[in-house]
Amino acid sequence: MSENKTTKAVGDSATAVKDRPLLEVEGLTKHFPIYGGFPFKRQVGAVQAVEGVTLDVFPGESLGLVGESGCGKSTTGRMLTRLLEPTGGTIKYEGRDITHANRRELAPIRSEIQMIFQDPYASLNPRQTVGKIISGPMEINDINPPGGREARVRELLETVGLNPEHYNRFPHEFSGGQRQRIGVARALALEPKLIIADEPVSALDVSIQAQVVNLLQELQRERGIAFVFIAHDLSIVRHFSQRVAVMYLGKLVEIADRDTLYSGPRHPYTHALLSAVPETDIDVQKRERIRLVGDVPSPIMPPSGCRFRTRCWKAQDKCATEEPPLVQLSGNKAGHLTACHFPEDPTIDVGARKEDVVMDPALRSLEKDAKKS
Amino acid sequence: MLQFLIRRTFGAFLILVLISAITYFMFFAIPQDPALLACGKNCTPDALAVVHKNLGLDQPVPVQYWHYVVGIVMGRDIQGGHCAAPCLGVSFANGRNVWSTILDRFPLTLSLMVGGAIVFLIVGLGAGMLAAYKKGSLTDKIFSGGSLVLSSLQIYFLGPLVVLALVISTGWLEMPSYTPISENPVAWFSGLVIPWAVMATIFTAQYTRMSRSSMIEQLQEEHVRAARAKGMSAPYVFFRYAWRGSLIPIVTILGIDIGALLGGGIVTEITFNLAGIGRLARDSVIQKDLPMTLGVMLFSSAFILLCNIVVDACYAFIDPRVRLS
Amino acid sequence: MTTLTKPEDAPAPTASESFLSVRDLNVRFSTEGGIVKAVNGLSFDLERGKTLGIVGESGSGKSVTNLSILGLHAPETTTVEGEIWVDGQDVTDLSRKQLEGLRGNKISMIFQDALTALSPYYTVGRQIGEPFRKHTGASKSEARARAIEMLGKVGIPDPKNRVDDYPHQFSGGMRQRAMIAMALVCNPSLLIADEPTTALDVTVQAQILDLLKDLQQEFGSAIILITHDLGVVANTADDILVMYAGRAVERGTTREVLKSPQHPYTWGLLSSMPGLSGDVDEPLRPIPGTPPSLLNPPSGCPFHPRCEFVDLVGGSACSTERPALPAGRGSACHLTAEQKRQVFIEKIQPRLG
Repeated sequence: MSENKTTKAVGDSATAVKDRPLLEVEGLTKHFPIYGGFPFKRQVGAVQAVEGVTLDVFPGESLGLVGESGCGKSTTGRMLTRLLEPTGGTIKYEGRDITHANRRELAPIRSEIQMIFQDPYASLNPRQTVGKIISGPMEINDINPPGGREARVRELLETVGLNPEHYNRFPHEFSGGQRQRIGVARALALEPKLIIADEPVSALDVSIQAQVVNLLQELQRERGIAFVFIAHDLSIVRHFSQRVAVMYLGKLVEIADRDTLYSGPRHPYTHALLSAVPETDIDVQKRERIRLVGDVPSPIMPPSGCRFRTRCWKAQDKCATEEPPLVQLSGNKAGHLTACHFPEDPTIDVGARKEDVVMDPALRSLEKDAKKS
Repeated sequence: MLQFLIRRTFGAFLILVLISAITYFMFFAIPQDPALLACGKNCTPDALAVVHKNLGLDQPVPVQYWHYVVGIVMGRDIQGGHCAAPCLGVSFANGRNVWSTILDRFPLTLSLMVGGAIVFLIVGLGAGMLAAYKKGSLTDKIFSGGSLVLSSLQIYFLGPLVVLALVISTGWLEMPSYTPISENPVAWFSGLVIPWAVMATIFTAQYTRMSRSSMIEQLQEEHVRAARAKGMSAPYVFFRYAWRGSLIPIVTILGIDIGALLGGGIVTEITFNLAGIGRLARDSVIQKDLPMTLGVMLFSSAFILLCNIVVDACYAFIDPRVRLS
Repeated sequence: MTTLTKPEDAPAPTASESFLSVRDLNVRFSTEGGIVKAVNGLSFDLERGKTLGIVGESGSGKSVTNLSILGLHAPETTTVEGEIWVDGQDVTDLSRKQLEGLRGNKISMIFQDALTALSPYYTVGRQIGEPFRKHTGASKSEARARAIEMLGKVGIPDPKNRVDDYPHQFSGGMRQRAMIAMALVCNPSLLIADEPTTALDVTVQAQILDLLKDLQQEFGSAIILITHDLGVVANTADDILVMYAGRAVERGTTREVLKSPQHPYTWGLLSSMPGLSGDVDEPLRPIPGTPPSLLNPPSGCPFHPRCEFVDLVGGSACSTERPALPAGRGSACHLTAEQKRQVFIEKIQPRLG
C-alpha cells in the first residue's frame, strides 16, 4: 500500500453511479455535552457519539450501517431524519442542505424521509387505534389521498400483511411482529423515498425476524425506496443491504459493497466483527479466529489517532498520533474505503493467517494451559 | 460527595434569602398597619408615630429588609437593646426576642416529629415488609385494608377520641404534656406517647403501602433471584438484597413528608394543647406579628432544607451508584 | 377431548452415565388468564463435563425448565411435576435448606443481563465471595482472595483493585465475566447459562463463549446453554434440544441437529436465519404465523398450525394426535423417517445454501 488514493464514497458501480445521491452526508458530527464541575455546573466534556461521518445514499439502494453498541449508528440515523440536531457537518437531501433546517423548511421533506424504530412496544401510542396511528402522518402533513385516508390505511395494512379489518384495534391486541408491521405501515403512509430503519428486527423472535426482513425487502425492491438499515446483526445486514458501512466508536471505519465487505474487508475491526459472528455451519472452520480484548472504550475520552488502536493487534505508534483517513486503499475497488494505516489482507479465510489472533489475556492463558496438558 | 454537600448548602442558602424577601414584602402588602398591635388599645396618632419610629417602620421597606438581613448575620441594636446574631428581631406583640422564643419552643416540636417518625417508620416499614413477604395472604389483606382506613382519619378527630378513651375514661395514659427530656425523660416520654401514636397512625398507612409495593417490586428484581440462585438463604436475600433497594422510594417520600410533618405538627400541637413552633406560627400570624411570623417561617424553611440535604446524603449512603458518580 | 397422547419414552435414569436427568417434567403457572402450561412432559439427560444447548424462542419453556432445576420458581403460583435427578438425588424432593445448599455450590446459574442480575448495592468482590463463604465456610479474607483469583481467571484486568468496585463501574462484558466468576466460585458440577451472551455485543459474545468453553475444560462442569440463537450453540454445545411451546421437539448431537435436522420447526429456524455466506437474492423462509399461547396450546402437534408439511402426513393425525419424542436422537413429528430425510434434502437444504 504504497499509495493511498483518496476518493469519495460512490455507490454500487452497476446501478447507482450514474445517479445523483438522494442523501449526501459529509463530516456529520454529534457531541452530547456533559455538565458538571464545581461550584457552578458547566460543560466539562462531551460524549463524542458521532465524529465526521461521510457517506451517500443513492435512490432505491439499501445501505447497511453496522457496529456494536456505542458506535453511533443509531445517533447517525436519528440525525439523518433530523430527530437530532447535528453538532457539525452537513446533510443534503436531493441537493438541499437540511442540516439545520427549521420545522417549516423541513415540512416538505419530512414526508419523504421516514423512520422505523427498534421497539415495537414503545414506538406505538397504546391509546390510539391502528387506523389512527397509520393515518397520523397523513393528518399532520395534511395529505388527502384519493378515496380518503381510511381506504389508504386499509390498503397499507394489506401491504404489510395485516388484516385490513383490524383498522380499529389497539396495539396491545397485536404480537411483536405484527406491531413492527404497523410501524412499517406508518412509515409507508406518506410514500417516502428514504426509510431509516433502526434495528427494526432485533427485538423480535428469530422466526418473526425473517418475516419482517422479507417484508422490508419486498418494499425496497417493488417501490424503489432507499433504506438506511441500521443493525448489529451482520448476517441480516448482509442479507438486506447492497452496500455496508462499518462504524466504530463514532467513526466510519470501512465502507464497501456487500460482497467486498464480507469477503475481502481490509479494516482489522471488520475482520474481528466477521470472525465473531456465530454461524450454524459447523462443518469446517472456514473463517479466521479473532478474539479482541475487553469492550469498546468510552466515547467521552476516545483514543487518539485511530480509535480502534487500543484493541487492535496491528497497532503501532503511528496509530496513536495520526488519524487514518477513510480512503480507497491501493488494490481496492472503487467505492471500497477503509480508514486504517496497516490494513489486513482482503480475505477472511482461516488459511490466510498463521495463527489465531487472541488478544484476551484470560483466553490466552487458558488456551496455553490447555495446550500444555 | 463533599462538593455535592457544599453545593446543596449553597443552594439552600439562596432559597432562604428568597423566602425571607418574599415573606417580608408580602407582609407589607397587607393593608393593616403592624404598629397598631404594639401601640395598644388607647392609641393616638402621636403614639403611633413614636411606635413607628421605635420599630423602624418609618423607613422604606427595602431598607427595613436590609437591616433585618444584617441583623441575622451580625446582630443589631433594636428598641434600645442589643439583639445578638442571629437576630430575627423582637416580637411586636410582646417585645420578646424572636430567636430565643423559637429556641424555647423548638424542642417540643422536634420531640413530636422525631418520636412520631420513629414510630411510623418502624410500624409502617415492618407491616409493609410483612405484607410483601406474605403477598396475597390474609395478613397482607388485613394490613393493606387497615392502612387504607387509618390513612383516611384526621388528627383532630382521632386525637380527642384517644384522649377521651385512654386518659379521661380509663386513666391508662397521661394527659399529653411536655416536659423537656433533660429534666425528666420518663415524664417526657409519657407525656408525648399519645401525640406520637396519633401522628404515627395517620402517617403509618402511607409507609405501609409504600414499603409493601417497593418491596414486592424489589423481590422480583433479577439480582434478588440471582442471589437466591447462589444459595443465599431466604431471610438473607430478603433483608440484604431486596430491602436495601426498597428503601430508596421510602427515603424520597420521607424527604417530602418533613414539610407535612411540620404542618401536621401545628394540628397536633393545637389538638393536644401543646406549645411548640406550630402554635407559635399560628398565633403570630393571627396577631400580625411580623418578626415572629418571619422568624418561624425562616427557621422552619431552614430546617426543611437541612433535612432534605440529609435525605440526599442518605441516598448516597444506600446506593453506591449515587455515591460514585 | 379428542387428543390422544402417547406416553413419553422415559427410561429409568442410569446413574452411572447421566449427571443430570430430567424425567417427564411438567411446569404449570396459574395466572389471571388461566393455567399456563409452560413445560410439558420434558425429559432429557446430561453427562458430566458435556454441554447441552437448549434452543427455542420466547415462551418455549426453555428458561422455566432451568429455574425449576434450581427450585427458583415462585412456589405459590407454580406447580412442578416430574423428576429432576442431579447426581443421583431428586431435587424436587429436597427441602428448602437442602436446595440452598445445592444452589451456587453444585449447580449454579449465569443470567442473561449481568447489569440487573448483580446487585447494585454491593461490591463485585463481595457478591462473588458470598456463595463461597456460605458453601465452604471460608472466612471473609479467604473469600476475598478467592474472588480476586476468580476475577483474574475470567480475565478482569487488575483484579486486586477491581474486586472492590461496584457492578456499575464495570463495562458490559466485564460484568458478564464477573457473573461467570460468581457462578464458578464453588466449582459447580452443573452450570446453567440462560442466554449468557444475548445482551452483549458480537465481539464480546465471541470472547465470552470461548471463555465459557475454556473454563469448562478447566472446571469440568456440565453446562446447559439456553439460547434462541442456533449459531451460539453450534460451536459450544455437544448436544442440542429444540423446544417449542413447552415441549421438546427435536434432540440429537449438535452435528445431527444442524446437519440433518428432522423437525419442521428446526427447519424453519434454520431457514429463517441468514448466514454470512449464501445467496442474498433468495428470500428468507420464515415460519408463518406466531408462537401459540401456552394458556391454550393447539391440539395434537403444537406446531401443526404453522407447519407446511401437514399434508404429507395426511389424515388428521397432526391436529389430533401428539407425536412422541423418542429417546436419544429423534424428533416429535408424524412424518416418517424417510419423509423427513427426503424433505430435508429436497426442500430445506437448497434454502440453506
